[in-house]
This record gives sequence, structure tokens and C-alpha cells, in this order.
Amino acid sequence: MTGSAVCQTSRPIPDAGCAIEARSLHVYYGIFRALKDVDLQIERQKITAIIGPSGCGKSTMLRSFNRMNELVPSCRTEGKVMFRNRNIYDSGVDPVEVRRRIGMVFQRPNPFPKSIYENIAWGARINGYRGHLDELVEESLRLAALWEDVRDKLQQSALALSGGQQQRLCIARAIAIRPEIILMDEPASALDPIATLKIEELMRELAERYTFVVVTHNMQQAARVSHQTAFFMMDADRAGYLVEQGPTRDLFTNPRDRRTEDYITGRFG
Amino acid sequence: MNRCPSAVSSINLPEGDDLRDFIAGRHARGRLWSTALLASTILAVIALTALLVNIVDGASGFVAIENAVDPQSLSVDGIALQDLESETLIQIIGSHVSAAVVRRLESEQPLAKRSRQDLYELVIERVVKPEVKQGWTLSESIFGREEIQVVVAEQYPKAQLVFRSWLSLDFLTSPQSSVPERAGVRTALLGTLWTLLITIALAFPLGVGAAVYLEEYAGDTFLNRIIRTNINNLAGVPSIIYGLLGLAIFVRSCAPITSGAAFGRGDPTTANGRTILSAGLTLALLVLPLIIINAQEAVRSVPRSLRYGSLSLGATQWQTIRSHVLPQALPGILTGTILAMSRAIGETAPLVVVGATTYIVIDPSGPFSKFTTLPMQIYQWTARPQADFRRIAAAASLLLLVLLLAMNATAIVLRNHHSQKGCL
Amino acid sequence: MTGGSEDLAPRARSATGGRFLQQSHDLRKRPRPGDMLVQGLLFFCGAVSILTTLGIVYVLGRESLLFFTHKGVSLLEFFTSTTWQPSIGKFGVWPLVTATLMTTGFAMLIALPLGLAVAVYLSEYASARARNILKPVLEILAGIPTVVYGYFALSFMTPLLRSIFGRDVVSIYNTASAGLVMGILILPLISSMSEDALSAIPRSLREASYALGATRLETAVQVVLPAALSGVTAAVIVALSRAIGETMIAALAAGAGPAFTINPFRPAETMTGHMVRISSGDISYDSMDYDSIFAIGSLLFVLTLTLNVVSRRFVARFREVYE
Ligand SMILES: Nc1ncnc2c1ncn2[C@@H]1O[C@H](COP(=O)(O)OP(=O)(O)OP(=O)(O)O)[C@@H](O)[C@H]1O
Ligand SMILES: [Mg+2]
Repeated sequence: MTGSAVCQTSRPIPDAGCAIEARSLHVYYGIFRALKDVDLQIERQKITAIIGPSGCGKSTMLRSFNRMNELVPSCRTEGKVMFRNRNIYDSGVDPVEVRRRIGMVFQRPNPFPKSIYENIAWGARINGYRGHLDELVEESLRLAALWEDVRDKLQQSALALSGGQQQRLCIARAIAIRPEIILMDEPASALDPIATLKIEELMRELAERYTFVVVTHNMQQAARVSHQTAFFMMDADRAGYLVEQGPTRDLFTNPRDRRTEDYITGRFG
Repeated sequence: MNRCPSAVSSINLPEGDDLRDFIAGRHARGRLWSTALLASTILAVIALTALLVNIVDGASGFVAIENAVDPQSLSVDGIALQDLESETLIQIIGSHVSAAVVRRLESEQPLAKRSRQDLYELVIERVVKPEVKQGWTLSESIFGREEIQVVVAEQYPKAQLVFRSWLSLDFLTSPQSSVPERAGVRTALLGTLWTLLITIALAFPLGVGAAVYLEEYAGDTFLNRIIRTNINNLAGVPSIIYGLLGLAIFVRSCAPITSGAAFGRGDPTTANGRTILSAGLTLALLVLPLIIINAQEAVRSVPRSLRYGSLSLGATQWQTIRSHVLPQALPGILTGTILAMSRAIGETAPLVVVGATTYIVIDPSGPFSKFTTLPMQIYQWTARPQADFRRIAAAASLLLLVLLLAMNATAIVLRNHHSQKGCL
Repeated sequence: MTGGSEDLAPRARSATGGRFLQQSHDLRKRPRPGDMLVQGLLFFCGAVSILTTLGIVYVLGRESLLFFTHKGVSLLEFFTSTTWQPSIGKFGVWPLVTATLMTTGFAMLIALPLGLAVAVYLSEYASARARNILKPVLEILAGIPTVVYGYFALSFMTPLLRSIFGRDVVSIYNTASAGLVMGILILPLISSMSEDALSAIPRSLREASYALGATRLETAVQVVLPAALSGVTAAVIVALSRAIGETMIAALAAGAGPAFTINPFRPAETMTGHMVRISSGDISYDSMDYDSIFAIGSLLFVLTLTLNVVSRRFVARFREVYE
């Protein structure tokens, strides 16, 4: 019964409210504390941006939302991450299922060295997809605005695509298994401005259905795409903490915290 | 189902209980396989253990020894045999050994002039004549002690059961013999040392030179590319092919040189090219690619900035290499060389082809001597059908492994020492 | 500006090394015979490897040619006949080749699944500590001289096989025992090289797989292993070539006499085993025996060289993608 309550309901809970939430989260690498006492709510079907200076734990924060941190042997997590009324760090929760529900797109595009088709089909296949694969591949590629680029070369290696195309393929791969939340760690940092715009557009479109959490170094990008913004800093021990969180427009125009203002106006960091 | 205005459709993935069962199934399969993988790894380690245990097991154990004459009966006036004076020992030899044999022994070296120890060994060899009737492995000796005693009592009533370690000081210092109990590896060890000496003297400078050439001088020309590819391919040539090369070139074509005849130093009794020199040259060619590849890596790991620093002071390229690059790369080069030598020390096939000698009791005295080496000795002893030869083959293998371990340990220490220095 | 007139300039600038500094004003290229000599010597060192190869090709080629010009020996018979009996002038290489294939087959039967399993385990499952212990242990296994493995085959594997399958089924010398022990020998070769290939796969690929909800097994077998396939293939081919050229185990345990049989429990001499046995007697040069081992050697050389070249192709392809 307690096996995995995360999957009790089969369809996403209706719009309003919080998709995932960190409560008093501490993350350690060995004895080094990378995140200190973070309370962060991510709103459903919105785009939340995480900003902050380099090394303040943004990636760590993101990776603790789908338990990717536990692939780092020295990493230890304290506190809770609530997802569907369940702490995903509970001993009864299966990280495999968590990651099936919460997808991720990485900073550098990392397609599998397989064909474009396989890149998308594989995730669905291991997750027990029983429908028509060709359709799924096409739909996912269309959603990621990649279909027109690759429709004639589905069987070619994904490594032959350009960086921007590869990144869109990674997004297509993530949405192919219909996660509820998609985590993105600086998804556009390796891309040129045009490819970046394409991806931002894509996120805004998909946000009607999915919840996005995006780490970015680019203030304009955060201001452009996100609905919500969370600002992180690190203290004297280099432990990261959440400074403030709020609707993007408010945070950029009228920050409550002095440090936020300094950061977004470029006075430090 | 299509709540969303966007084109995203729902897809048919397992949900709820289905999902739970599905994931549980995948995990079960994962556990099964990870157990299988772990089991394979353990099996591989067991194989290594079995190999080592098998050798240690064979290298010592009970033997039933039967003496032609009981040594106790040879004691004179209550003085045990091993404490007797030379004169008494000569008397014993005279009274137990036929006159013809005594004459032969006298002609080899007069008995009166031999040391007491030599005489004692002669008495053991000629009079007491201990003979190993049967030997047991270490495990048999430990777990089947009673049965062994029964067997000995029944089959060899006159025999004594003693525990024997075949790898002993005697084993190290005795020359080869056709009787396993008295055979040793002295000639083989010396042969191995001589061969290694020649191998290293040739392969080390050549290998380091080639590595420096390839890393520091060679441009990306056709010829240099060929040399690079060629070295990698040579490293994969089976060692017996090197044996054929050595046989045709060093042993046969260069016989006047390798036999020493050209220098008037040859062994008149054999006067052919099957000498330590040929063996050393063959092994040198065999390990050369390994030394080059390792040395290349060591030279490559020296930072560029060091070279620039030296060149910017107006040093020539060779000055830079000699006083900066090589000293930095030396520990790495040495480590690689030791590893290559540990390959050379165990090589058997090419030496059997080049050396082809089976039975040598005279210590090798230089590059033009006939020779045998430790692994050749193991090969020949293992190939004999008698069980006792297996025992000394095991003892010699153990010795070889110990030598190898020592060499590898040296290489590791060298490497660690170097990497510690690198951190400072 | 700086002509050749430096020698005429006053030499009184400074007592210490004025001349030395003056010389360095001349930017003309200077011949450096010492450096040229060194470079020439170093080039010679590099060229020795070419000479070695040429030597091997020359020796094998010449003696094989001699062999095939002997009366009663033909290339056709060499490659088609199934009898190798020099005493009656039969020189068909097939008995030796089948024995080699059998030992190699048994070796791969052991080493391929186990070696790959060990590699996957070490790179994907084992903790860093376990890996740091196990990898060197397996490398020790690879460093043990093959003659010791030969001893092991005769004194452990053969008795083991005989006690399992019966003494009348399994001969004292047989290809199965030699092949199995050869498998233990090349296992670390496969596992070590494959492990290198697997751990060269970037972490990001594994993370991509986990982020899709893959289990560890699915990541290892369906993502990492295929990605490292060319590297793993290279390892397997190198191991194959090593098994074919492996000599002492075959010479000691497989049997001393060419026999055309596919019964793994019967004795049969491999190509390498035959070469060792023939040459370990004091053979006279110019005899049929002498020439015949070079003919076999040529075949062995061509086989292993081909495999090595193919393996390097795979390595190059792997590097292209991941380095
Ligand atoms: N695998 C790890 N092992 C040890 N420490 C780590 C590891 N990953 C991150 N850290 C440390 O944790 C802190 C936060 O790292 P993180 O990658 O989350 O920062 P970030 O905010 O994403 O930085 P950036 O903007 O540069 O990507 C840093 O001090 C980093 O050194
Ligand atoms: Mg980051």
C-alpha cells in the first residue's frame, strides 16, 4: 500500500496549486553543505526560474527535485521534497518512478549515441509504452519544433545534429514520456540566440500543460519566459540558500530584498 | 481527456497499480542481473585464487622418502652422520661405493681435497640414496594426513614421511638435475638474469629514444605515421613470431656473432647461435613496442609550459629535452620499463624457439653461453609426466610469481612516489 | 641591420660574456651538428620498429617460400588437406587450425560473457573502493606468465574435467582444458579494456537515461554498453588475437600431435603448440620441419595482424566519438 503513493492518481491534479515543494531542504556533498534550509514552492503549469550567482547551488536544487543527486556518491539530502502529497525522499519511494514523473533537460545536450528515432522511442519503451511508437516520435518531435528539421533522417545518428537541434531533441525526449514536471538546467547556455529563442517559445507553449523549473544565468531570459522566479545566494560558508521567491514581474521590478536588487541590477555576482 | 488546449495528447503509459507492478518487475530483473554480474566478478577472482592456490598447493607437502641405507646405521661411535669428520666420510664412501665410481669421483676432484660439506652431500647422494617414493600436495597433506600415513605404511614400509617445501634454499642454489629431489633453478635463474640484462641494455635506450623522437621531433609525415601505426601493431604480434624472427636472424644468420665465434669467445662445444645473446636480442625486440608506448605516455605527460620555458631561454630542442623533459618523465619511463621487463621475465615461447636447450647444468658465464631460463624450466618440468617434476614446476612458478610481484610492487611504489612529488 | 660585422665590433663591453652576448646578435641559422646527430640517432631508434616488422615479414616470407618450393608441398594442399604428417609428406594445416579454433572458441566462451560482465559490474555497479581493489587484482591475473597458466591447466583444469566427465572421456591432453584456462588468461584483457571503454562514456549520458526513469540495469545495458560498443568490440578482437597466438598453454595442455578432431576432450595440437614442439627439438636448418614452422608462423602472423588492425579501427572510431 505504502509502496508508491505518488502514483495514486492517473491524471494531473487540476491547475491551481503547487506541483512540487521543498521543505527545509539541506543538501551536503560529503561534509560540504551546498544547500541550507530551502523552502521553495513550484507552481503547477507555470515556468519557475531559478537564478543566482555561480556555485550557489541552483543545479543542486534542481537535481534534488528528481533525486538525481543520489547518483553522486558523496551526496546526502535532509528535509523533504513534497510531490503529490508525498515526500519523494521517503524510503518507500522509488527514484525510478520519481524520474519517470519529473523529467530533466541538461545544460549540455546529451543525446544517446543512437538514431534520432531511438532517442525518443527508448524512454517510452522502457517505461512500458504500449501504443504506436512512430506516432509518439512524430508528436514529440513536433512539440519540440524539431520535426521539420529531422523528418527525413530519423534513422540517422543523433550526434550528427547541431547543438541547438540536439537540445531540442533532448526536450522532445523528455516530453515523450509525459512527465508532469520538466527540470531544465541552463538549457540554452550552449546555444546561439536564435536557438535560444526557439526553446523559450517552446517552453511557453508547453507550459500550458507542463510545469517547468529552469535554471538560468541570463536575467533577460528569466524575465522573458518565467512566471515565477526564485533567487539563490550563498553565505560565508558557500552554502546556498533561498533569498526570495515571487512572481517574476514583482521580483524584477520591485524586489523585496536588497540583495536581490543588487544582483539583478548587476551590482554583484 | 484532452483538457489542454495545446496539441499534447495523453499517451498510453502504465499508471496506478499497473505502474507499480511494472516498475517492480523491472527492478526484479535489475536485481537478478546485478547478482549475475557480481557472481561473474567473483568467479573471475576465484579463478585467480584457484591459480595461486594451485601453485602454492603443489609447491609443498608430504613426501615418502626411502633410503637405500639408513643414515642412522652410518653413524660411527654414536656421532651422527652429519657431524662426522672428513676422513670418516671418505671411509664410508670407500666402503659403500664401487671402486670404479670412486675412481671417477677422484678424477673429477680428489676426495681428500673436497670440503666436509661436499663429502657429506656425496655420502647422501651415493650411499644413503634417498628416493622420493611418492609426494602429496599441501592440501592432501593437511586434510588427508591419516590416509597418507596408512598408504605409506602399506606401500612403502621402509619409507619415512616428511614434510617438504620444494621451494627451498637448496632449490635456488642447485643446478638442474634429472632427479627432481635434487634439481634446482640456479642455472635457470642466472640465465634469466643474463637475458634480462641484455634485453634491458638494448631495449631501454632504443625505446626511450624512439619515444622521444616520436613525441618531440616527429612531425605528422607519412613516414612517422607509419612508425606510429607499426609500433602499435608490433605490440600485438604473438610472441612466438618473435621467436621465429630470433631463430632465423640472430641464431642462424648472425651465428658467428651471437655464438661469440667472431670474437674468439665462443663456447667451443656448441659453437652455434643459441646463446643468451640471441635470447636477449629477441626479447629486446619483443618488449621494445611496450617500452616505447609507455615512454611516449610519460614524455607526453610533461607539461608544454616546461618546454616553452626552456626554449624561451634560448635552449636548443635537445637541451630542453635532456635537462627538462627527460628528468620529468623519468619515473614514468622507469615504471613502464619495469612493467615491460616483467613481461620479458615470463616469456617462454620465443625463448624455447630460440634457445631450444633442454638440459643445462653449467652456469652461464656470459652472453655467449648456452642458457635456460626460469619459465623454460617450468615448461620442461611441467611437460614431464612424473608427478615430482610437477612439484618442482610449482616451486619454480611460485618463485617466478614472487619475482614478478616484486617487480610490479617496485613499479607501483615508483609511480606513487612520483605522483606525490608531482603534487608538491 | 646586424650584418656579418659583429666580429669586428669592439670586444670591451664587459669582461664577463661580452663575446657570448655578441654572438647572439647574429640571427643567422647556425648549423648544429650535435643536434642533428642526436635527432638522427633518435630517428634510428624509431626506425628500429620498422626494421623489426620488415625482419618479421622477410623471415616469414622467405622461409615460407622455401617451404612451398619443397617437393611434394603445395599451397593448395596446405590450405585444403586435413592431414599434417611430415613423416609421410602430408602438410595440410587444417588439423592445426581446427585445434587453434577450438582452444580459442573455448577461451572466448569463458572470457567473453565473464569479461563483459566483470567490465559492466566494475564500471556501473561497483563502488569506487571495490573497483580500485578489483581492477588491479584482475590486472595481476593478466600479468602472470602464460607458462604458469599452462601448469595450471595440466595440474588443475584437466583433472577437474576428468573428474567431472570421466577419465575415459577426457584425455590427459585436450583442447577443452587448454581453451578454458586460456579463457581465464584473456578474461582480464577483455574486462580491463572494456571497462576503460565503459568508463570513458560521459556521465551526462547516464544522467540522461536516469532522468527518463531508467533503472541501473537499463542504463548500463541499453545506454552505456551500446555507446561503448566499438571500444568493447576492439577489446574482444584483441583478446581473440591473443588467444589465437597464445602458445604455452596450448603447448602444455592441448596435446602433442596434430589431430583433425572436433572432440574437445581429445588431444589436438594447435598451430602455436606445434611450432613450439618442433622447434624445441634441435632441428637442423633447411629441413622440412624448420621451414614448415615458418609457414605456420606466416599464417598465424597474418591472422593476428588482421585482427589487430581491425581492432584498431574500432578503437579509432570510439575515440572519434568520445575523446
Ligand atoms: N558532485 C559534487 N561533489 C562535490 N561538490 C559539488 C558537486 N556538485 C556541486 N558541488 C558543489 O556544490 C556547490 C553548488 O554547486 P551547483 O552545481 O549546484 O552550483 P550552481 O549554482 O549550479 O553553479 P553554476 O551556476 O556555476 O552552474 C558548489 O560549491 C559546488 O562546488
Ligand atoms: Mg549549475
